[in-house]
Amino acid sequence: MARHVVAAVGDIKPGEKKLVTVKGREIGVFNVNGEFFALANRCPHAGGPMCEGYIVPLVAPGKPGEYKLTRNNEFIRCPWHGWEFEIRTGQSWCDPKDLKIRQFKVAVEPGQELVKGPYVAETFQVTVEADYVVIDL
Amino acid sequence: MKVRPGAIDCDIHPAVPSTPALLPYLPDYWRDQLVNRHIDRSPFVLTSYPPNSPLSCRPDWRPASGLPGSDIDALRRQALDAFGTRYAICNVLHGAVALFNDDMAAALCSAVNDWTAKELLDRDARLRASILVPFASPEHAVKEIERLAHDRRFVQVLMLVMGDALLGNRRFWPIYKAAEKHQLAVCIHAGSTFRTSATYSGWPSYHVEDYVANSTAFENVLVSLVAEGVFQQFPTLKVVCAESGITWLPTLLWRINKEWRGTRAEVPWIDRPPADIIRDQVRFTLQPLDAPKDDPDKFLRTLEHIGSDRVFLFSTDYPHWHFDGDDVLPDGLTEETLQKLLNDNALETYPRLRDAGMIAAGKTHTSNEKI
Amino acid sequence: MNAPVLEKSLQQRLAIVDCDIHPDQKSPATLAAYMPERWREHAKTFGLRSRQGLVGQLTHPRMMANGRRADSFPPDGSPAGSDLGFMRKQHLDPNGVEVGMLVALGRNGMEEQNQDFATVLARAVNDWQIEEWVKPEPRLRAGIIVTQENPQEAVAEIERCAPNSSFRQVIISPRTTEPLGRRRYWPIFEAAERAGLPIGLHPAGASGGFPSTGSGWPTYYLQEHYSFETGMQGVLASLVFEGVFERFPKLRVCFIESGFTWVPAVCWRMDKHWERMRKEVPHLTRPPSEYVREHFWFATQPIEEPEHPHHLADMIGWIGWDRLVFSTDYPHWDFDDPRYTFKINLTERQRAMIFRENAKALYGLQ
Repeated sequence: MARHVVAAVGDIKPGEKKLVTVKGREIGVFNVNGEFFALANRCPHAGGPMCEGYIVPLVAPGKPGEYKLTRNNEFIRCPWHGWEFEIRTGQSWCDPKDLKIRQFKVAVEPGQELVKGPYVAETFQVTVEADYVVIDL
Repeated sequence: MKVRPGAIDCDIHPAVPSTPALLPYLPDYWRDQLVNRHIDRSPFVLTSYPPNSPLSCRPDWRPASGLPGSDIDALRRQALDAFGTRYAICNVLHGAVALFNDDMAAALCSAVNDWTAKELLDRDARLRASILVPFASPEHAVKEIERLAHDRRFVQVLMLVMGDALLGNRRFWPIYKAAEKHQLAVCIHAGSTFRTSATYSGWPSYHVEDYVANSTAFENVLVSLVAEGVFQQFPTLKVVCAESGITWLPTLLWRINKEWRGTRAEVPWIDRPPADIIRDQVRFTLQPLDAPKDDPDKFLRTLEHIGSDRVFLFSTDYPHWHFDGDDVLPDGLTEETLQKLLNDNALETYPRLRDAGMIAAGKTHTSNEKI
Repeated sequence: MNAPVLEKSLQQRLAIVDCDIHPDQKSPATLAAYMPERWREHAKTFGLRSRQGLVGQLTHPRMMANGRRADSFPPDGSPAGSDLGFMRKQHLDPNGVEVGMLVALGRNGMEEQNQDFATVLARAVNDWQIEEWVKPEPRLRAGIIVTQENPQEAVAEIERCAPNSSFRQVIISPRTTEPLGRRRYWPIFEAAERAGLPIGLHPAGASGGFPSTGSGWPTYYLQEHYSFETGMQGVLASLVFEGVFERFPKLRVCFIESGFTWVPAVCWRMDKHWERMRKEVPHLTRPPSEYVREHFWFATQPIEEPEHPHHLADMIGWIGWDRLVFSTDYPHWDFDDPRYTFKINLTERQRAMIFRENAKALYGLQ
């Protein structure tokens, strides 16, 4: 396991995502209301490039004819078949038990801690002033 | 395979022998109209069931004269006694439902239902029936349901699978509301009023082609009921697909689940996999058994694909011709499955069958003064 | 439930025949070069007319990117499927497409109400396929788009295009104005049989004027998409019951974009009811399912996904392992990726048949 710095926190605003490659793996890093999550760029349904999908709210179940948006920016639709996945957990909304995007451990680390210990940062100059998104892989 | 005595037959077709037989049950105005316009000289036979076609009547069940199913004594011998049937549900497929004049259709449906109560239900304690409704007019249909709901020998509301709109459409919801309220199942039966062609490429040349097309109509009607949210709006409603076939069901379950996953945001009221909804709230009568007779394993495998033995209801579909002699059941069913097929599933689907002591609360009306 | 996606090594060499690729026109001006000036004017002024309520727009709006994969738009913003270079990069190369069968939907005359304009559009789209797709890309094969509602012109177009062996099938929309087995379409079958070309049936966007179901029009796209499957069943029954294969014993038909697990049940159903109703269709000398077994192939997309994946093998066994031809439907949203489509184990032989050999036999590919 190594710690990979993949982005400065300011690079990914809430509701946004960034596609990074770590050890040859494509991983999407998501900012959901200030928290960061990392998901494999592969839909568990049929292999679609998940991170090219749209970040969406949840259209909540209700009565027929009622349409309500909730949980803004917490879901992603696969760009192929449009299946919805919860970014926080990687779980399919329709099939939470059996269908899940692979997740990676992600943390936010201040630069001044990072500069002390070992990390991999192929594209980053880590500075002590900023905070960074770090993936363990 | 033979059926053992005591089964519940969920689809038989007695027929009103002639239109004059309905005249006593009609209000003055409609009796007058039918006679003076010579409408009573026509038998109101649905295009879906040409009376002399092989499918419409098994040769040894054909009455000496008159429409198939019109000889009630023969029906009792051939459909009930011969199979040892405990209860049989009468689906009288009267062509009034094909009329464009909703008021006339409604008057005739009421007459058919009153005829049914007197000529069928009063004469044989084994018989139960559907409330025939002019389903193209939900307002009229609800009136008829409310009129007859107190007679608990009526166990369901009868509609055809092909009319002028898909049955999940919101305009039909008052029918489902009334049915659910009175613990009546909704029976969607094969057949069409031919307001449009049976296929999406137009009008088939042959009866056999139209008949085969029924199963695709059932697929689309079930998809419609699910998509429009009928099962969310009416969570205790039971829908019975009658004379629909069942071997197409696995593809429906798989395909509708897959559709839902990709289109969920369009129909967000669907809050669980549609296949589960269908297995919970939809039932299918046994005949016609669209599986090869000489290879019973195919039907058994199909049941595994469906993933439930609660979804099917025994039926003979008398007098339609789907099997010979008494060979009405598929081979190879376990005892547990047979018990469900022959009795338990029907009792679960039709709460009114569970009434102890079936006494109608007074006779049904024999005329409808309001129209 | 769904089995987890089988991880396939990217080094694993795919070599497939893709039986459904949709090239698109970059703009309404694309076909201009292939049609006379009088019709260029007509196209600009009056546009295309089909049997639906909106111009150039579907009345059951799609869920994803107007019906495309959201990632399939070329970088310059052109329509999905309109850029050969991007198609090579995104699909033909990485997915090991040895042969790709083009189904050129869209502005092509299949749905056009103006009969003369329809003829011109079909010719134009067929010439365009050759010039801009097949000539620069030897992996691709074209399908002869015909005006099926005008059988005389359809026959003329088949006869014009068939000598070019890059055309490997005749494309018809199954959403016709009469069931496709009826005699007005027989000249088309005759011409296709004579040319040795299968008929490829792929739904167009608009109907021939009939609702998508025998009970009326769907409300939601969920239902409309579903009805592509039921519509094909009606077409199958019509082709069989009208005796098309008695009259054209060498004719082959491929159903594209309807899935396939529905096939066994409808064959059983047709057989059962034909048995009692035989006298109505005395021109049939054999049970309906035998005609299906001999004359029909089914492209796999959109593949059905049984709750227990191994049930799929039952269905394929009942249809015949030699009857399925793999298709992706690139670049549409319900795309099947060749690496992940089958969630059951296939033997090497089965894989070779479905992904290559069956299509090569059906289409006479080298």
